[in-house]
Amino acid sequence: MKLDDQAQALRGEHVLQYPYRRATGPILGRFFTEIRDHRRFLGVKTASGEVLCPPVDVDPDSLEDLSVDNLVEVGPAGRVTTWTWLQEPRPGNPLERPFAWALIRLDGADSVLLHAVDAGSESAMRTGMRVVPRFRDERNGGIHDIACFVPEG
Amino acid sequence: MAQSQKPVTYIRTPIAVQYDYSVGAGTSIFLRALREGRIVGSRCPDTGKVYVPPRLFSVETASPMSELVELPDRGVVYTYCIVNIKFYEQVLEVPYAYGYVLLDGADLPIMHLIQECPIEAMRPGMRVQAVWKDREEWTESLENIRYFKPTGEPDAPIGRIMEEIRKKSHA
Repeated sequence: MKLDDQAQALRGEHVLQYPYRRATGPILGRFFTEIRDHRRFLGVKTASGEVLCPPVDVDPDSLEDLSVDNLVEVGPAGRVTTWTWLQEPRPGNPLERPFAWALIRLDGADSVLLHAVDAGSESAMRTGMRVVPRFRDERNGGIHDIACFVPEG
Repeated sequence: MAQSQKPVTYIRTPIAVQYDYSVGAGTSIFLRALREGRIVGSRCPDTGKVYVPPRLFSVETASPMSELVELPDRGVVYTYCIVNIKFYEQVLEVPYAYGYVLLDGADLPIMHLIQECPIEAMRPGMRVQAVWKDREEWTESLENIRYFKPTGEPDAPIGRIMEEIRKKSHA
């Protein structure tokens, strides 16, 4: 037998998949529960008086543990602080049509939340625009309970 | 409207990475042969070692391999591990064994499932042979072999065999 190194190499689709299931901890647990059950957003108030949404477990300045007692309601509307237009959505993205990934500062919050903005076209997007969430009818607890944000009004 | 469910304590965040994967020329030769029910390796011109799956160049000397070698579908268990933990999307009943099988004439083992053998009876040196899928199911895949099973022949001196292979190594 001859070793034929002219042979065309075989290729094929190979999917590497991890079925992660992650513990939320008490604070993000409340955050997701509130979205699922009441379509409300919670932020966490830090020692310096800043409100962080999504909420975190540890105060980034004082490094003290934060508790569910520090949670306050924010939003549900907010403002786009920066964004990028995705012309060709990929499998697993929140929308199947072109949309914007945006950082959104919900009213009353000092930090930003990453989510999709369904604006129809790139020309409808601008930094500082007002957006409101669109919730899914069937909510299971998780960031995908928010289908996307849409321009306000 | 409130949905009366338990508070959220976990979220599912699966990730999937989709590759267009090329196996390379050497492994392509291996897989194409498997489609025909054959197992092939390649021989290093300097050490005489037979690599399976075949390589285009010697791992030890970088010389081009010049010869393909056809190998039998039987060999010796070099080492193995017992899987006792059922993991996500696991299809096999635990416990089961995965082993390195050194095919007769090869100098590198291939990894495969070993079945039709009680876990307590698993041992290095056990002689095994391939159990193939039906011919019409063959594709370019090592899964054409469903598993290896004991032949019932006397054990092989696997320690001595591996020592002989080590001696072939390029100085």
